[in-house]
Amino acid sequence: MFETLSDRLNASLGKLNRKGRLTEADVDEAMREVRRALLEADVNFKVAKDFVTAVRERAVGQDVLKSLTPGQTVIGIVNEELIQMLGAEREPLNQPDRPPQIIMLVGLQGSGKTTHAAKLASHLRKEGRNPVLVAGDVYRPAAINQLQTLGKQINISVFDEGTQANPVDIARNGVAWARERGLNPVIIDTAGRLQIDERMMQELVDVERAVQPTEVLLVADAMTGQEAVNVAETFSQRLGITGLIMTKMDGDARGGAALSIRAVTGVPIKFIGTGEKMDALEPFYPQRLASRILGMGDVLSLIERAQEQTTEEDAMKLQDRMVRGKFNLEDFLDQLQKVKKMGPLNQLLELIPGMGAQLRQAKAQISDDDYKQIEAIIRSMTPAERRNPHIIDGRRRRRIARGSGTSREEVSQLLKQFTEMQKMMSQFGNMAKKGKMPKNLPFDLD
Amino acid sequence: MVLDRLFRRRAEPDVQLEKSLEKTRKGVFSEITRLFERDVLDDDLYEELEMLLIQADVGWDVSQQLVRDLRARVNEERIENPSLAREVLRTEMIELLESATRNRQVKVFQRGVPYVIMVVGVNGVGKTTSIAKLAAYHQGFGRSVMLAAGDTFRAAAIDQLKIWGERLGVPVVAHEPGADPGAVVFDAVQAAYGRGRDVLIVDTAGRLHTKFNLMEELSKLRKVMQKHVEEAPQEVLLVIDATTGQNGLIQAKTFAESVDITDIMIAKLDGTSKGGIAFSVAKELSIPISYIGTGEKATDLSEFYPETYVDALFFGEGEGL
Ligand SMILES: Nc1nc2c(ncn2[C@@H]2O[C@H](COP(=O)(O)OP(=O)(O)OP(=O)(O)O)[C@@H](O)[C@H]2O)c(=O)[nH]1
Ligand SMILES: [Mg+2]
Repeated sequence: MFETLSDRLNASLGKLNRKGRLTEADVDEAMREVRRALLEADVNFKVAKDFVTAVRERAVGQDVLKSLTPGQTVIGIVNEELIQMLGAEREPLNQPDRPPQIIMLVGLQGSGKTTHAAKLASHLRKEGRNPVLVAGDVYRPAAINQLQTLGKQINISVFDEGTQANPVDIARNGVAWARERGLNPVIIDTAGRLQIDERMMQELVDVERAVQPTEVLLVADAMTGQEAVNVAETFSQRLGITGLIMTKMDGDARGGAALSIRAVTGVPIKFIGTGEKMDALEPFYPQRLASRILGMGDVLSLIERAQEQTTEEDAMKLQDRMVRGKFNLEDFLDQLQKVKKMGPLNQLLELIPGMGAQLRQAKAQISDDDYKQIEAIIRSMTPAERRNPHIIDGRRRRRIARGSGTSREEVSQLLKQFTEMQKMMSQFGNMAKKGKMPKNLPFDLD
Repeated sequence: MVLDRLFRRRAEPDVQLEKSLEKTRKGVFSEITRLFERDVLDDDLYEELEMLLIQADVGWDVSQQLVRDLRARVNEERIENPSLAREVLRTEMIELLESATRNRQVKVFQRGVPYVIMVVGVNGVGKTTSIAKLAAYHQGFGRSVMLAAGDTFRAAAIDQLKIWGERLGVPVVAHEPGADPGAVVFDAVQAAYGRGRDVLIVDTAGRLHTKFNLMEELSKLRKVMQKHVEEAPQEVLLVIDATTGQNGLIQAKTFAESVDITDIMIAKLDGTSKGGIAFSVAKELSIPISYIGTGEKATDLSEFYPETYVDALFFGEGEGL
């Protein structure tokens, strides 16, 4: 749906690059593109502005002006800054001076607090803890029921006092109840509320005062727009927010809200939610979010989706091959079979860096019939050709085209795209491993 | 006052809520108005305007377009007075939304045939609450309503709908948690038919538009409904959370591809978010926005009017002018 930042930087800087040196005005133009990319990813406009100022300073100081590949240099800087802002280190949950550890979840309506209370409990139990859930949402119809149902599913006890009790008492009693039974941590679910609802915000302040939580986690939806800043500002003014959980990250939102919230509150992103199942809670990796915000595709998500279709072992092998640039047409064909079960092709291709851009350029809505063509082409190759596409010369190309009922151009195009994809995969793989961008970025400047 | 028009309700007005809306809105929405109180129309003004629109989640493309068109008209018509320019912008924004509302289908209620509304959207946007609001809305027209608990997946989703049913005195057709939503819908349509209900509102589980299988399930539900009522669902309502950013457009697009969305409801407009995504949706997809949700009670629903929406959320007419 959106052009990626790399597409645009390449378009604007690539043009100039051929003319010779870049001027400061060119850098300004590039910064405009950076800002646009951030805004399209829902990064708050003030945060985007500050961010661009920081990047610009570095860009000018560095040799972007002289660089032969200014687009790449700029993306490199943007990426590094993003990762730094998102918090390069993983931050664990705070530990209390004396048990129990009390974790309170707060946020807007519908952000995913109840589900994440349960996921968190399940996660902590896997670490050998003995958690309990406290049902503090007395307002939303059946919210207590929801927590109880989830508790039953994951076999964790839920403390509740019905809908007539006051959330402050429930929290206090819940903690006492847990203490008596030696249950630790205590995870408190609270009702969703608007940050401008003074009475409801005061209620949270009262709960916080009553139980002195070790951790107050703000639960925010990855799809949140510019509002994220207002929400985070007010919640963190009123409460001692200690961390964030970004939810619904299994969708395709770019997730710029995470950057906004992080910038406003300064607290670390502690977990991300990636699905409706109880184990869909993951640690936060800044690199992945950074490339996602920049719309540079997300090979890792692709791998994850593939994992849903394969065994862990197969997926690891695939990942390894991708990273080492060994991913060949045979793998590709194999993946295509699995991919068919994963969703519409154009959506999946969007996840591959560079691929989405080409699709958009062609303005073609790839239909699932195109699977058939790609399959036909690859099936018309010999095993040797599939493993080493570079041996495919003019004659072979003609044969493949005839065999698959396509044209030589179509065969060439597939091969070209595949080579590109292979290159990108290995580079992104390396980057993900090292947690930074490679020097040689997979973006062509013309 | 504009707020009265925008947040008009069928039930008696909630004075306190209205007050709180007024208070929180004021600071935000008069900013555009304030911008045009300047003496000259210069680059600064346009730039700030663009930022204000972006800040409202109107999105880059549409904000640019609005500002570009405004500039063009200002030049063309040699407009020098900022307050005239402001009027041009306001009209542009209203027209953009109207271009979509014009596509709203006339709702036909046939005697003896239930009018089926299928409510869809991503997780947590406010579908179930919106269903309660819609039920109250149709009751307000004297229609008999029935609900179908088509979300058999999320924990306690059925209970949630049942509680609303009880509160509103509306029967709810439900199966056990984990049951096939298709079976629930099948029974519900049959029951609505048999019991001569005017309106049947079907809840569905929240789903991310990227989940291919779940989107397929929605088109399956449609087919199930059509076994009893050929024209069902007469309304497919997509609920979008007002705080949603640019992903809202992709959501609307993908849902529309799977299930032919006929109407959109923007929920949670009682916060400070301005639901600017409405403009991209109107521009790119031309799907009409029909309702807005402004709170957690069954009465917190209003019909959507482009003019009142634009005035209340962006211009604050009648406020400090
Ligand atoms: N402030 C406000 N809250 C709302 C509005 N509509 C819904 N909510 C709240 O948002 C939360 C989620 O609403 P639900 O109706 O359960 O949302 P849903 O889309 O059915 O959620 P799932 O079925 O879990 O996907 C609840 O706490 C509602 O009370 C609204 O217009 N304003
Ligand atoms: Mg629901």
